[in-house]
Formats: sequence, structure tokens, C-alpha cells
Amino acid sequence: MSVANVSAHDVSAHDDHHDHEHEDGFITKYIFTQDHKMIGKQFLVTGMFWALIGGFLSILFRLQLGFPDMNLEFLRPLLGGWITETGQLDPNFYLALVTMHGTIMVFFVLTAGLSGTFSNFLIPLQIGARDMASGFMNMLSYWFFFTSGVIMFISLFLERGPASGGWVVYPPLSALEQAMPGSGLGMTLWLVSMTFFIASSLLGGINYITTVINLRTKGMSFARLPLTIWAFFLTAVIGLLSFPVLFSAALLLVFDRSFGTSFYLSDIYIGGEALPNTGGSAVLYQHLFWFLGHPEVYIVLLPALGITSEIIATNSRKPIFGYKAMIISMLGITILSFVVWAHHMFVSGLNPFLGSIFMFLTLIIAVPSAVKVFNYLTTLWRGNLRFTTAMMFSIGLVSFFISGGLTGIFLGNSAIDIQLHDTYFVVAHFHLVMGSASFFGLMAGVYHWFPKMFGRMMDEKLGSIHFWLTFVGVYMVFFPMHYIGIAGFPRRYYSWSTFSFTDMYTDLNMFVSVAAIITFAAQFIFLFNFFYSMFRGRIASLNPWQSNTLEWTTPLHPKHGNWPGEIPSVYRWPYDYSKPGAKEDFIPQTVPLSVTPESNLPHEEKLVNLEKEIIAEEEQVLVANEYKGS
Amino acid sequence: MYGFLIAIGVVLLLSVIWMVYRIQTLISVAKGSDKKIQTTSNKVNAALFVVFLVGTFVLMTWYSIKEFSNYQLPIASEHGVITDRLFWVTMAVTGFIFILTHILLFWFPYKYQYRTDRRASYYPDNNKLEVIWTLVPAVVLALLVISGWRAWTDITDPAPEGAHEIELLGYQFAWEIRYPGKDNILGDFDYRLINATNSRGVDFSDQNSRDDFPSQSVVIPKGEPVLFKIRARDVLHSVFAPHMRLKMDAVPGMPTRFWFVPTKTTAEMRAELGDEEFEYEIACTEVCGSGHFSMRRVITVVEPEEYRKWFSEQKTFVESNPSLVLDLPIEDKKLAETANQ
Repeated sequence: MSVANVSAHDVSAHDDHHDHEHEDGFITKYIFTQDHKMIGKQFLVTGMFWALIGGFLSILFRLQLGFPDMNLEFLRPLLGGWITETGQLDPNFYLALVTMHGTIMVFFVLTAGLSGTFSNFLIPLQIGARDMASGFMNMLSYWFFFTSGVIMFISLFLERGPASGGWVVYPPLSALEQAMPGSGLGMTLWLVSMTFFIASSLLGGINYITTVINLRTKGMSFARLPLTIWAFFLTAVIGLLSFPVLFSAALLLVFDRSFGTSFYLSDIYIGGEALPNTGGSAVLYQHLFWFLGHPEVYIVLLPALGITSEIIATNSRKPIFGYKAMIISMLGITILSFVVWAHHMFVSGLNPFLGSIFMFLTLIIAVPSAVKVFNYLTTLWRGNLRFTTAMMFSIGLVSFFISGGLTGIFLGNSAIDIQLHDTYFVVAHFHLVMGSASFFGLMAGVYHWFPKMFGRMMDEKLGSIHFWLTFVGVYMVFFPMHYIGIAGFPRRYYSWSTFSFTDMYTDLNMFVSVAAIITFAAQFIFLFNFFYSMFRGRIASLNPWQSNTLEWTTPLHPKHGNWPGEIPSVYRWPYDYSKPGAKEDFIPQTVPLSVTPESNLPHEEKLVNLEKEIIAEEEQVLVANEYKGS
Repeated sequence: MYGFLIAIGVVLLLSVIWMVYRIQTLISVAKGSDKKIQTTSNKVNAALFVVFLVGTFVLMTWYSIKEFSNYQLPIASEHGVITDRLFWVTMAVTGFIFILTHILLFWFPYKYQYRTDRRASYYPDNNKLEVIWTLVPAVVLALLVISGWRAWTDITDPAPEGAHEIELLGYQFAWEIRYPGKDNILGDFDYRLINATNSRGVDFSDQNSRDDFPSQSVVIPKGEPVLFKIRARDVLHSVFAPHMRLKMDAVPGMPTRFWFVPTKTTAEMRAELGDEEFEYEIACTEVCGSGHFSMRRVITVVEPEEYRKWFSEQKTFVESNPSLVLDLPIEDKKLAETANQ
């Protein structure tokens, strides 16, 4: 009874909204909006802005690595004093570029841009809710992120440069202003910016979790949630548990930097004087940082895997293989992601015994990842595959996930990691498994849900070109790095000519840089396609991919509140594709089992009666409510 | 002028691309192919996955074989042989899975591309399969981990008695090297004692430090255990000796260590590689500031007899700079003199 009352209330609340809608000015509709769909788009566009900056920074340092003798005088109008008198990149600025590229890509693009966009956009639409649990907190989440971005952006223009100690900002390098120019004001702004970012992530995460638990529509049990929602939900849980630890790490660093404490500092002689700090531990910071840092990998990756599961199932016209196994492996990854962090620290001076423990735990996490890969492959097997751009990006993601995941088995083995740690092998590994895989998830999501976001289709031909250039490009950039890494080339090196063991592979580095430039340029095809299609693309049909999930039951341009009438009820899981006996090769979640006797499976037959009873009961309640209302 | 011409060229090029794009769109609308699913582009994309598979496989195999001697650094330590064997065993296992999964991943798209006359098979789960591909990776990984763990415990065990101790001190942007002298015990240090003449902060009131001596390069004997005692003066650094398969962070306030047994002298390695200029090197692999990429030191591996000769010829800190012990109490100085005799 109460359920029905709530839904009746929702309808009237929604009607109120309709009245408001006309009063929505530009500011409340596009800027300080509380509509989850618009907030999702805000995250997306901001994420794209940052992706361009992050990508551009990487092109700058790839120029240095691929063409060390090149005269970069033509960049002086842009970079000013960061170009030395001989026309080279300043070594300090090189480190600033690497640091900012990492920070921007990991946090602003692949955390906020991916999770922020699709958790916001899809959670209410796919679970059948009017909006997030708290629209206001959701709005705050975006504006905290925006503020954080503004602060980071400002830090790019400081005279002494932005933070430069690597995206992990290990102290003492990041704690001592005299250690490098970027550890001054640039580092302060980095910490302030990250504080805002953490607040944004937490506000968002609390909202996602609450919404998924409380606001699912009738019939949408956890066992009927699309895998996207499972992924977003678990991502939010990981974020909620790990981001506060990064905050504590950052806070202690602030204390060390500004208030003379010695959490991370001990026995340091720098700039001609011995510092008074003793008793701190630089390794403590690494523990705290990687307690977030490793789960962060999964914060970035899980949403992409969720999106891929949905897209691969839809475009294979097949149920995702092993729905329960997928959920269990995601749960496994969620839990294990918290107990593997020290594999980043095998040679940090960590107790070797602790190293062995973390080696065992790390390789356990490879098992659920392997299960996911095999399930994707089996989903493709005997499917009827439609190569929409989204589908191709998803297949690309699976490829990166395999390539990058397998190299993780080397790095998770502490004996092998001795040689490979902090070499280009690591760079290749995480750029494939975390960077490129998540980026492909983001792209797949944009191409797939663009019709729902803007009511128009993106151009599929341009999409294909974009996909192939990016897919080949990414492999051409990161695959050669494995060779360079096995050869022992260390990361974050401005130049390799100092050492005879690294004084080679100039050709390969040049190749990588050229591939990076082409790949970056190819992204402008996407940008054109995105913005052009937003205004001039073909008008989309209501369910362009013939998908089962709830978001495709909304109108072409859903208003704030998503469904004009009552929220649809859900009667089945989201993966009834190509069910034997059914007329179409898809049965949306809103179709009751009782209407599809021709395709029901034996165990579903038993549910039909139960379902009929519930429907009848609900109708009675509705009638009663209508009576009460009049 | 050139800028202007280039600008015009770019504009023209863009407008041509634009026209092609518009025409292509209009044609597809006119033909109604935008509503079909089993289109040419679906076929083309399906085929491209196979092309990609074959193309990249050929490229990868060719390059991996051609460049093997370049990226496979020669090994010069006992444990390096073990870790490299582990590396290549892991490579074989993961390489097999890599190729197998990718053949499936790119062949399925071609084989099962969309056809209007066919339907996908409804195959939602199979618990037996799930169990198989949970257990098989688990067992394979367990084997890899256990062999890795045994190597790791051997490598990180305490150094054997009588290992040659050598101190490496990282600072922005170089390494300082200190030998323990005849007593084979490195003297105490304290970062507060660091000054222009005592860059390592060696405590010369400790008797053990009186015979300590510095060196410009790391000289070690072949076939005998060597223990690097590693510390940092300012920020994090990391000792990386690629040919020794050795890496360990240098942490201010927390000395670390790594021991190993070199197996080939520099001369032997030069002969093996046919490179008269070859040197074993130490690099820094933990970002430490603008000069991070230039912290080079040379390791010279020599025959044990040659090592002992070299060792006995070195001048201690105190010998080269007696002022280091000038302000110490008299009896300490006397001891220092006797120690040096």
C-alpha cells in the first residue's frame, strides 16, 4: 500500500515540476541545476576540457622524449620562460608536465569525467528514479569539482610552476619548498585543489549509494540491476572508503609543509642546512597515498567495465554471460582493491615479509579480472554483433584490459618487480589497463548514450574513423613502451643520453611520440562529431540501440523528473536479448512476464502467477488512490 | 605571408573534408542505409578487427625477435638470473593467454557479425565454465606467485656473513660512496654533522669510521657477496643497477639495504658484448627533482685479487683531510692514528 502511495505522490510532485520547468531560467537550467542529467553533462563537458589539457601536456613532454634535439622556440609564446635559451624544455617544467598530466587524467578526466558523468546520468534513468536522492548535494558535488579544477588550472600559470613531484607527490620532495620549484605555491594549490576534489567525490558517492539503495523503482531488485549500476554502486563504495584516506595523507602533508610537524620528514639535510625534523617516515605517506591510490585504479576502471558490459550485451544481441559471476567478480575486486596497495612499494624499503603478503593478495585480484574477460569473450561468442562505435570502443576496452592486465602479473610479483619498478614497463602497464581502458569506456559510454543525452545521433562513420585511429594509435604509443621498460628505461626521465644503458631507442621513442601526436589529433574528429551532432545530428529514435534498460523508455528529451507519467515498473532482468520464442530480439525490462508466455523459461513460468497477483493488487490500489484524490 | 598561405590551405582542406562529410551523410540518408543494421560498414569493421589482429601480431613478433638483444640487458648478478628466468616464464604464460584471448576477441567479431537472417543464441550462464576459469587462473597464478615468493625471500634475506659493505648516499643530484675500510664496519653517521668537508655526515668520533674511505665509483669483487647500505640526504632516491637487477629506494631517516653477488667483471662483460666502453651503471629511479635523470655512477666489477689490491691502496677520509678529527678529543685522535697504521 505504502509503495503505491509513494508513487502517487511522485506523480503529483512531478506535475509541480512541470510548472517550474517553464520558470527555469538559464542559470537554474544550465548552471546551478539540480537535474542529474544536466549535472552529468556538466561533468562530461568539464571532463572533456581537462582531457584536452591533459592530452596536450603529454604531447609537450613526448616532444622532449621523441625529439630531444628539436628547437621548441615556436612554443615560447605559450610557455614563455619554460623554454630555455637553447630552445629546450626546462627540466623542472618537464616534471611539472608529467605531474599535471597524471593528476588531471587520473582525477579530473577518468574519475570525475567518467564516474561523474555516467553515475549521474545513468543511475536515476536505469533504476527508474526521478532524480538523485539529493539534487542539491549533487549540484554541490559538481561545483566542488569545478572549484577544484579552477584552482588546479591557476596553478598551471604560476611563475615557479605547478606541483612537479609526480602525480603521487611523495614527500620529502613535495614537502620541501627548497627541493624543487614546483614544491612551493604550486604544491599548495595542488593540495587545496585535491581537497575540493575529495569533497566533490564524497558528495557524489554518498548520493550514488543512497540513490541505488533507496530509489529503485517497483520490481527493480538488486538481481535485476543492469551491470552499469552495479559498477557505479561499487565504485561509489570504494571511493567513499578510500578518498578520506587520501585526505588524511594530504592533511598531514599540509601540516609538514606549513606548520613544522614531522609526519613524513626525518633526518634531512637540504639547501646547506640540516632540518630540525626527526622521527617522521616518508614511507608512511606512501602507505596512506596508495591506500587510496590503488582503489583509485578500480574507481577509474569499474565504471568503464560496467558500461562495457551493458554495451557488449546490447550490441551482441545476447545476454551478458554470467551476470551473477560478473557481480561476484566486481564485489571481489572491490574488497581486494583495499588490500593490495603495498605492491606499489615493494622496493620502497618496506619490510620484505610484508612485501610477500601483498604479492599473494595482488595476484588473487587477477582472478576476478580474468573471470570478467572470459565472460566478455563468451558474450561475443555466437552473438549477432552490431559494430556501433560504442561496441567497437567496448571491444577495444577488453583488448586493453587483457594487455594491461597481463603485465600486472609481472609487476605484482615482487621478485620480477625489482627490475621493472618505476620503468617504462609500469608506464605501459597502467596506461593500457587503467588509462586507455577507462578512456575507451568513457568514449563507449558517450557514443552509446549520446542519443539519450541530446536526443540526436552521433555520426557512426566519423565514429568508426575515430575508433580505429585511436585504437591503433593507443597500441602504437604504449606497446613499444614494454620494450623500453624491459630494457630498464626509468620513468620521469627528462633525457636518456646520460646513461649508456638507456642511450638507445631514439627511433622507438620518436615513433611513440609521432603516434601520440596522431592519436591526440584524432580526438578532434570526436570533438567535431560531438558538438556538431549535438545541434545538427540526426534526430534519434526513442530506443536507437533496441536496448532493454529503463532509460530508453523515457521521452526523447526527458524533463527534470525523467518520466512524464508514472515511473515504469520492472518485471525482468535487463539482458533478455534474443530469447528463444520471442518475436523481437530484445524484451525491455518493463514488459511483464505474463505478456510473453511464448518466450518464458520454465522457472519464469512459476513467477507469472505471482506477477499477475501483484499487478492486480497494484491496480486496486491505484483505483483506490484515484478515488481518494477526486 | 607564408602564415597567410598556410592558413588559406588549412581552411580549404577543412572545407573539402566538410563537403565530403556532408555528401556522405546525404547519400546515406537518400539510400536509407542509416536505418539498416547489416551494412557495409558493419562488414568492414568486422573485417578490420581481423586485419588488426594479423597486422599487429606480425609487427609484434618481428620486432620482439629483431630487437631481443637490445631490450634484454645482460645479467651480471646471481639473483638476476633467477628473476629473469621468472620474468620469461611469466612472459610465456601470459603471452600464451594474451595471444589466445586476442584471437578470440578479434575473430568473434568477424565470425559473428550481424546478419538479419540469424539470431544470437540465448546463453546467459554456465556455472561449470565459471568455475573452470576461476580455478585455472588461480592455480596458474599460485604457481607463479610461489616461485616468485621463494626468489623474493632469498633475495631479501639478510646478507651472508662477511659481505662487502658499501654505503650509497643519494642526494640532489648524485650518489656519494663510502667504504668501511679494513675493519669492514661502516662508522656511524648523523645528518646533523653534514657540512662542506663532511658531505656524508660521518661521525668521526666513532672508531669504526676512522678507516672509512670514499670512492668515485663503486668497485666490487666478482663472485663475492656485496651489501649496499643505502640512505638519502634530502629527498627520496632509488638505487637502480639495471645489469645487477637491483633496485632499492633511498629514504631520508630510514636506511635500506640490498645485497647481491656480481657474476661478471666489467672486463668480461666488455669482451662478451664486444663493447670496449661498456660500464655497469647506477641510476636513480625515484623522481627527486630537476636533475633526476643525471644521477649516474659507475660500478666496476673486478677480480677478487684486484679488488683487495685496490682496497688497500685507498686513502681514508682522515688521511686526505686530517682536519676532520681536529676538534675531537685527544685520545680519539690517537686511536685514529693507530687505526691508520
